[in-house]
Amino acid sequence: MWDYVLDRRGQIAFQAFQHVSLVVQCVLLGSLIALALAVLVYRSPRLTGLANGVSAIGLTIPAFALLGILLAPFGFGITPAVIAVTFYAALPVLRNAVVGLAGVDRSLIESARGMGMSRLSTLARIEIPLAWPVILAGVRVSTQMVMGIAAIAAYVLGPGLGGFIFTGLSRLGGANALNSALTGTIAIVVLALVLDLLLLLLGRLTTPRGIRV
Amino acid sequence: MSDTLSSADAHSTDPAPQSSEGRRVSGVSIRLDGVTKRYPGQDRPAVDAVSLEIPAGETVMFVGPSGCGKTTLLKMLNRLIEPSSGTIHLGDEDVTKQDPDQLRRRIGYVIQAGGLFPHMTVGTNVGMVPRMLGWDKERVTARIDELLDLVGLDPEVYRDRYPKELSGGQQQRVGVARALAADPPVLLMDEPFGAVDPITRQRLQDELLRIQEELGKTIVFVTHDFDEAVKLGDRIVVFDVGARVVQYDTPEAILAEPAEEYVADFIGAGATLKQLTLTRVNSLELKPVTSASVGDDAAEALARARAAGDEYIVVLDRRGRPISWPTTAEVSRMQQIPATVDEKLPVVGLGSTLNDALDTMLAASQGGAVVIGRRDSLAGVVSIETIMDAIQRTRSEVAG
Repeated sequence: MWDYVLDRRGQIAFQAFQHVSLVVQCVLLGSLIALALAVLVYRSPRLTGLANGVSAIGLTIPAFALLGILLAPFGFGITPAVIAVTFYAALPVLRNAVVGLAGVDRSLIESARGMGMSRLSTLARIEIPLAWPVILAGVRVSTQMVMGIAAIAAYVLGPGLGGFIFTGLSRLGGANALNSALTGTIAIVVLALVLDLLLLLLGRLTTPRGIRV
Repeated sequence: MSDTLSSADAHSTDPAPQSSEGRRVSGVSIRLDGVTKRYPGQDRPAVDAVSLEIPAGETVMFVGPSGCGKTTLLKMLNRLIEPSSGTIHLGDEDVTKQDPDQLRRRIGYVIQAGGLFPHMTVGTNVGMVPRMLGWDKERVTARIDELLDLVGLDPEVYRDRYPKELSGGQQQRVGVARALAADPPVLLMDEPFGAVDPITRQRLQDELLRIQEELGKTIVFVTHDFDEAVKLGDRIVVFDVGARVVQYDTPEAILAEPAEEYVADFIGAGATLKQLTLTRVNSLELKPVTSASVGDDAAEALARARAAGDEYIVVLDRRGRPISWPTTAEVSRMQQIPATVDEKLPVVGLGSTLNDALDTMLAASQGGAVVIGRRDSLAGVVSIETIMDAIQRTRSEVAG
């Protein structure tokens, strides 16, 4: 297997970069969408329930099925992959952001409003910073999850390490088939751990000292 | 003024300034006209056509049972709750016709436990409103230090701490400092001292009295504690359900002549003794006492104490605040005056009531207490005998 990896190190590195790039961009986009949605719904119990429902049901949709459905309007390529990965990335963040924002002490918000902070600046300077550790925990969960889902995106010819896995599986029994599938899988696991570590570090750096536990 | 106060004044040799005369006023008056708040789905309004006039520079206490609408009324003053009808004037301005955010930056607001933002330092919390108002950096920094100093927290020590690193009482002080940051004419306080222990609460009350003495803001203060209302208020509004104003008068008048049975019930039993909460330490004869600063020569201080006939020496820290009071016997064994802080040192303010002073002494098992005045500086000592005499006098006057 070592020879297999050495022979294809250029290709592996390129696909790994593509994979991480897809995941990072989709998580970023998904988190922003989720945060925006959370801000819209967290004040209303009904909408909060709806958001939690969507996020729970959404996570039960098999990635394969979603990608299959997306094939019809968008064809093969990057577009359906990005849409599917972003969709899954957004769900855990949405849930955590709603919980985090709803968990901010009401008296602090009243205090902020009472000293003349606008709605928007209360949100930006008080609510989101205080909910930040919870939101970031959602981002970590979502990153781990979509590392795997991004592999499945290779099914619609999206970029990334999934290509190795699918190639291997389709030629099972053939030369290097196992090596190919294992390479893809192990690379994804390693990259997922590295990303998680980086997010942990980001959390350390961006959580204000006053609310660190 | 009641007989109690003026007669106590006659006995007083202390030149402490009288709070109600000739003090600086930086507040504005507040006028409420037919202010009403209805919530949908409730037949009775939460606040029903309240009209009140609050004079500039006075502390007015809103008291009443929970759910009587006093907090709702307070929050309508800075429009955290919009009135359904009626008008509110601050000075000459109609509050209901202003941008609420701009309005609130000119009204200090203090809530229970301070409402400090836990992710910001003490300094950032205090500097919040000045920064929103666009003050430049140096001015904000200078203001933060000035205010921390005003509420008795050393800026060097506390400026860069986070709220969770402070005790409840200290957080509350920062809350008051934050509300005062942009020097607003009006201060709204919503049960600010409800969440702290009795001793801390008493100190915070003393401090508020001292700060108000210096600043002369218009303060509206919501509480359910009638003793607190009597101690802090220039006037008290007693509310019933629907924020109906049952009585609006000075503490002396309400205690002497409750308008209705409802008020008498609210004041509770022992109203005679409650008169004691009207008598302040500044109306008593304070004894001068020998003081020494940390690091002074012990023998020299001892000589001064013996010459003055004092049994105690009050030790002051470098900011002039009393930190301990060793006996002369203890000092005679020392080379230098030590910097140890006596956590149980009984301290009362000039604005403390006799009740407070007695409480403090009993809690510390001491026969006297150190009295502090402006900026926590030493004003003298008061002994338990002086207080007992004053109590005797008050009781016989009230009875007679």
